[in-house]
Amino acid sequence: MAREKFHLVHSSAVPVHIENVDTDQIIPARFLKATTRDGFGENLFRDWRYDSNNQPIADFVLNNPRYSGDILVSGKNFGCGSSREHAAWAITDYGFKVVVSSFFADIFKNNALNNGLLPVQVSDEFLAHIFSAIELDHQTTFTVNLETQTFTIDATGASFNFEINSYKKECMLNGYDDIDYLLNMKDKIAKFEQSRA
Amino acid sequence: MAGKTIFDKIWDAHVVEQIEDGPSVVYIDQHLIHEVTSPQAFAGLDARGLKVFRTNRTVATPDHNVPTIDQDKPIRDELSRFQVDKLTENCQKHGVTLYGLNHPYQGIVHVVGPQLGITQPGMTIVCGDSHTSTHGAFGSVAFGIGTSEVEMVLATQCLMQSKAKRMRITVDGELGEGVGAKDIILYIISKITASGGTGYFVEYAGSAFRNLTMEGRMTVCNMSIEMGARGGLIAPDDTTFEYIRGREFAPKGADFDAAVAKWRELYTDADAVFDAELHFDAADIEPMITYGTNPGMGIKITANVPALSEIEESNRTSFAKSLDYMGLVPGERLLGKTVDYVFVGSCTNGRIEDLRAVAEFVKGKQKADNITAWIVPGSKQVEKQAQEEGLVAIFEAAGFQLRQPGCSACLGMNEDKIPKGKYAVSTSNRNFEGRQGPGARTMLASPITAAAVAVTGKIVDPRDL
Repeated sequence: MAREKFHLVHSSAVPVHIENVDTDQIIPARFLKATTRDGFGENLFRDWRYDSNNQPIADFVLNNPRYSGDILVSGKNFGCGSSREHAAWAITDYGFKVVVSSFFADIFKNNALNNGLLPVQVSDEFLAHIFSAIELDHQTTFTVNLETQTFTIDATGASFNFEINSYKKECMLNGYDDIDYLLNMKDKIAKFEQSRA
Repeated sequence: MAGKTIFDKIWDAHVVEQIEDGPSVVYIDQHLIHEVTSPQAFAGLDARGLKVFRTNRTVATPDHNVPTIDQDKPIRDELSRFQVDKLTENCQKHGVTLYGLNHPYQGIVHVVGPQLGITQPGMTIVCGDSHTSTHGAFGSVAFGIGTSEVEMVLATQCLMQSKAKRMRITVDGELGEGVGAKDIILYIISKITASGGTGYFVEYAGSAFRNLTMEGRMTVCNMSIEMGARGGLIAPDDTTFEYIRGREFAPKGADFDAAVAKWRELYTDADAVFDAELHFDAADIEPMITYGTNPGMGIKITANVPALSEIEESNRTSFAKSLDYMGLVPGERLLGKTVDYVFVGSCTNGRIEDLRAVAEFVKGKQKADNITAWIVPGSKQVEKQAQEEGLVAIFEAAGFQLRQPGCSACLGMNEDKIPKGKYAVSTSNRNFEGRQGPGARTMLASPITAAAVAVTGKIVDPRDL
């Protein structure tokens, strides 16, 4: 089924300046009881965002009106831990289109790509520049161009060329998904099965 | 041409198509599903008007979100009941084998697969759960996937995956008294960090792994994901074959012998090249415990929490945040610290050998007054075996609460949660913030260490008892 195509993203960013953000933090297990993909954004970073009385924790970045945008920026090893795709759903449902880190956990990266969420991996040094730029001006903007595979800090013009394999890039640009591809090769799969029997 | 690793041999034999500068289309021999990560995948099939492509290659059991008491009664939590019912409904609709609640084979999916002989060497195995790496203990390529990927496997029995790099971790030598599989893997992760294996598929080699039982090997492979690795495996040998022999879905008679002959070809060629190689000495490994909020934050149980000066400058903020959550200070000694809960269970350490080890330790003893001790068997079969072997009687006499099979407090999806601020020594796999309940403080350790803590009420070196 066709997904939304990934366009150029030009936006301010929300910094979660923490390393090893695991998927239990992104969406705690107790919110995984749903049987649909909707509504997980409400509980994104639940236990950092709300206290035990469900009151917003003022100093968490998602509760700070100074920060907004389509881009989530976080420390290295983002998305480690559980394979729950609900983590990618929570991030997209909240409204993010891009997540930036200097290092992503493998399963999370696949889950993000399968949901039209672009994981942009930059160097530790460039990540530090992004955090500094946001600190300096919380509404500073960035440009994510998937076609040219560049992430640009608009204020300074500093740009990072990020990697993505060309197949996944085509999928994101055109809104294709893997299931469509696989469904089109069912005959080949059946032949493969026969060849092993 | 250089030889192949066992990972290469299995992977290459399952590639249906290689996409240029893209992922491989990989055939999946065995798909395991549970209630939490499958409903949206089945909904996707329904939306496309598709049926499950190969129903004989999928097995389902509810585990993450089941209560561990009163399993014979309707599930009280409405959302949980709905989710578990949804699995039943989807399996019936699509003709998928289901070991539902109260079925004698129900249990944690990674305990069920091996004990029924579903898990076999040379297979590709996936499940919408990161601890699918457990099955690598049999010399299979097993890894966790997301729900969109569950849908792909249901629809086509294939996945699109980029091949991981190869890492070999060799541990040679004899393990000391009181040191087991859990300590080996916690030790390795503490050395290479929670992201040290990201991008790799790990092969565990060396005498320390060879000498482990299958259940010990499962504990090791289970936690491969905790160093970020895509999966981990151990080449199959006689220990593997003897474990599989006679199990329900294992090949029988001449078929078994033929299978074993094929399985014996699953080893890494002497001239194969790895992208990374690590070596450790088994003699350096001692009983381990974690002090922080990721599985890489582990130390020898006799050691002190690292001082700030021992932590790399760039990691100090995360380190301080972690210790603050755990209510610990840098340099603090853990031995003697009071603990509130002991949890024995999970796909890491909820098997019969784990229960036997705990029972042997606590036999004739009592849990400490300050401890709430939960024992959660990994499956109905483990539960039954524990009863038959008299382990249940030992646990009850010692004041432990024996609960019914499921993931339970490992991830706190059901009612089994550790209260805020309380310390739990757990045999599970993750000590993330809130993993065992909001505000819960988890310390990961082996079943023997957990048993020692339950009896003394505080962190203690099991070798001292």
